[in-house]
Amino acid sequence: MITVKKFFASRSGLVCAGVFVGVFAALLQKWGNPGNMGICVACMERDIAGALGLHRAAAVQYLRPEIIGFVLGALIAALLFREFKPRGGSSPILRFFLGFFAMVGALVFLGCPWRALLRLAGGDGNAILGLAGLTAGIWAGVLFLKSGYTLGRATKVKSFSGWVFPIAMLALLVLLLIAPQFGRTPEGAPTGPIFFSAKGPGSQHAPLFISLVVGLCVGFLAQRTRLCTMGAIRDVILIKNTYLLSGILGIVGAAFVMNLILGQFKAGFVNQPIAHTDSLWNFMGMALSGLAFALAGGCPGRQLFLSGEGDGDAAIFATGMIVGAGFSHNFSMASSATGPGAYGPITVIIGLIFCIVVGFTMREKIA
Amino acid sequence: MADKIDARGLSCPQPVILTKRKIETLGKGAFEILVDTETSRENISRLAQQTGWNVEVKRVDDDYCLILKKN
Repeated sequence: MITVKKFFASRSGLVCAGVFVGVFAALLQKWGNPGNMGICVACMERDIAGALGLHRAAAVQYLRPEIIGFVLGALIAALLFREFKPRGGSSPILRFFLGFFAMVGALVFLGCPWRALLRLAGGDGNAILGLAGLTAGIWAGVLFLKSGYTLGRATKVKSFSGWVFPIAMLALLVLLLIAPQFGRTPEGAPTGPIFFSAKGPGSQHAPLFISLVVGLCVGFLAQRTRLCTMGAIRDVILIKNTYLLSGILGIVGAAFVMNLILGQFKAGFVNQPIAHTDSLWNFMGMALSGLAFALAGGCPGRQLFLSGEGDGDAAIFATGMIVGAGFSHNFSMASSATGPGAYGPITVIIGLIFCIVVGFTMREKIA
Repeated sequence: MADKIDARGLSCPQPVILTKRKIETLGKGAFEILVDTETSRENISRLAQQTGWNVEVKRVDDDYCLILKKN
């Protein structure tokens, strides 16, 4: 057990976890997930929001088993290695809205940091703008961190508090399996409260069991290795440390090779799957997300893995993301293949203002 | 030991930032930092290694006490 623990805590372990994510993201795409979306925390949480009826964009509704797997895989790893530590109470409402706006930004770009990497590995040049924006946002977050920014201390909480989010994921799994349809359309046909897309990206998915198992493995590996895209970029800027960066290079490298092997690589900017070519808003969307992730201490994947460890603050961030996805589609903020939604750009500006206010107001005097 | 930092409950990367700041202020010597997660323990140990400080880790109940030294 100690040898296994040491391996996962090493750079080699981290690279292996990254390679696993890259390889299986490409394979999940081959097995049915949408283009360059083998794994995307933001898109998959958006689909979950749709499946629960929090938005009614018919093309993006599915209870993605990968997300459920991420949390439960991290829970299993945390329990096995005695790292399950229920905790919370570090500015929960701010974390909720950081999650909310992180999702708004991600859906303007159309992807989380992992999907930005996977889009790049699939040849989508627009991802370069997204990754540049992500880096800019994280850089701004680092400036706040250096000037004493903190959301305050989390404290230990009762055990059940740490179990709530993983149990909620189990509930989603049950809903996925039974897919209740006790609602009725005006014509009398069964509908909702769980909605699955009949066409569009939400209808494209790998077999449930495979998605769940891959999700569990990713959750397990990422909990052990602390894989985090935001942390990778932040650590290079903040402490000139490339340790976490090796994990994301593993993702890009492995996904790139697998895409070549599977014939999924297509270089260019136009007609890329689930992407638009508006460079300014690809950049700005991800800049908002990057800043929100930096202020909350982790990329969306990392927030799910922390939730599996019993971190209630991370669970609130993840919940904020799911609610943010609902608002993004209901309020025409999310982008489509044709470009940003009508109210996407203005909401990105509002989100940036929110993050900057949080960054300035949540500072403690440096001793 | 005079210098002691309590970084328990702080999100990543604040324990690392506090450690880095202390390392830069002291230049050499010794100080303790208390953290409550394995991740913070690993991150601080890595920073110490990178900057040439020795680390000794003690388990204190559910937390970790890291003693950083540089001559």
